[in-house]
This record gives sequence, structure tokens and C-alpha cells, in this order.
Amino acid sequence: MTARIGVVTFPGTLDDQDALRAARLAGAEAVPLWHRDKDLKQVDAVVLAGGFSYGDYLRAGAISRFSPVMGTIIEQAKAGMPVLGICNGFQILTEAHLLPGAMLRNNHLHFICRDQKLRVENADTAWTADYASGQEISVPLKNMDGRYVADERVLDELEAEGRVAFRYLDLNPNGSLRDIAGITNAAGNVVGLMPHPEHAVEPLIGTGGTDGLGFFTSVLKKLVAA
Amino acid sequence: MARVVVDVMLKPEILDPQGQAVQRALPRLGFAGIADVRQGKRFELEVEGPVDEAALSRIHEMAETFLANTVIEDFVVKVES
Repeated sequence: MTARIGVVTFPGTLDDQDALRAARLAGAEAVPLWHRDKDLKQVDAVVLAGGFSYGDYLRAGAISRFSPVMGTIIEQAKAGMPVLGICNGFQILTEAHLLPGAMLRNNHLHFICRDQKLRVENADTAWTADYASGQEISVPLKNMDGRYVADERVLDELEAEGRVAFRYLDLNPNGSLRDIAGITNAAGNVVGLMPHPEHAVEPLIGTGGTDGLGFFTSVLKKLVAA
Repeated sequence: MARVVVDVMLKPEILDPQGQAVQRALPRLGFAGIADVRQGKRFELEVEGPVDEAALSRIHEMAETFLANTVIEDFVVKVES
């Protein structure tokens, strides 16, 4: 049976269609999920897509975190279901405390949109197994609140446990501490990152490469093996 | 109705580029002598019913779980008379 990947739409989500398309291109059954529904429609994994849910009012991701769908996702994520948060989705995952730290306004205060080089630091997560540790990839990046912060103790812990999943290469676009672009939880099923792999899955759009497709094929492989 | 104010500020160790941008603009505008600026948020809550201990404890919980992100922010709850 084909694995089902759900993508949540909150009011203000922008990249849900791209994420659904990326899941389909990887070979999954793509399932749209609505933020008001507690029901996850028997999906095997969930993507929280990018955008500006609830207009980023209060703080990015702060209001979405309390949507009915998040109650179920938090429960399932703790039980081991793979969850990927991209950009606004990453912000929601930190607000929900599924990932440590917090996301703040870029240090230069500008919205930034560029092709971003990343190093995959951890290829043992549910969403990165199709990459090699140390592999360099290029995917689009576009955000206003992309500065990852956590206190020194948390940062040291993330480094020691190999939970810095992605690091910015060449240029740190937003002042993220220790050039962190993405992290994983201890179990490796919950991953969050600021850049957008779902925009680099077809040669004709985004960076012109398909470096982002590995996220979606990784989780499929993991689900089929499970 | 009573008013309760919740002030939310970034923790001192967190870089505040918005505050810095304001501080850098001040001398340009002719306002000298300001060594540092930090920008925060103020919530004014109009509370129905008495602001007793139970109400304040609910507001404290609201500030801690929602109005502030305590990973990066501190908050203070004040009753305005």
C-alpha cells in the first residue's frame, strides 16, 4: 500500500500545494489536512508547510500551535509519527515544544529570498535518510523570522547528540546561532528547517535542481520499512 | 471593568535587532544620549468580573503559555487601577 503523507493548511499557509506535489512526486499518496480538524485521516506522516499562518500575529507559529489539528499531531509525533516542519512549520514546531529553541526576526530585519546551500549534518532522521551525512544541497530560502536561537546549554546538547540536522553554508542568511538551518528531536522523527526542500523537486522550478526531493523519498522509505 | 497589563520583553541575552535599529535612528533624528533600546510588547486586557487571585492566576497562565514564549521572552503582569 502507498504511504500517506498529510499536509496541513492553516489560514495563511502558502506552500501546502507545493508540499503535496513534492509528496506525490516522491511516490506518496498526498492528503490535504485542515487545521480545524482533529482527524489526521490515517496519514503515516505529516508536513507543516511554509507561509504566514494567522499572519504571524503575536509570534510566527504561536497561534497555529493551538489549532485542533496540532493537538493530534503533538500526540502522534510523541508516539513516533514522522513530522516535517518547513519554515513556518518549523516555527510552529518550536512553539509547540516538539523542537527546542525559538525562531526570531532575521538579524538584518529584511525578508530574504535566495537559493541557499546547506550541509546535511544528520542523515539518520526519518526525513534525511536518502542523503549522506556531510552532503551539500541547494534549496530555496525565503523568510522574515528565520533566526534560530536557544540557550548555550541547549545548543551544546543539540551539537553533542548530532541533532543539528542542517547547517547554512557560505552565508548565514538570518543570524541563526551556530549557522543552524534545521534540527531534529532526539528520536529523529520530528525535523524542522527554515529553507524549502519542497520548492526544489522539479528541474523547471525553484533552484532548477531536485535536491529537496530526498526529504520526501526518505520518509517514504522509512514508512515502507516500518 | 478592570485592566490588567502584560508586558513582554525579549530576555536580556537575546539579540534585539528591532531595538537596535530604533537606537541607531535616534541620533540621526537629533535625539542624543540614548545608549540602548530594546523593543517589547504590551498587552492590555480588559477583564470581566473581579481581578482576584483566581483571575490573576489565569492571566499568568495565559501569559506563560501564549502571550509570551518563555524560551526567549520574560513577562510581567500588572493590575492597573
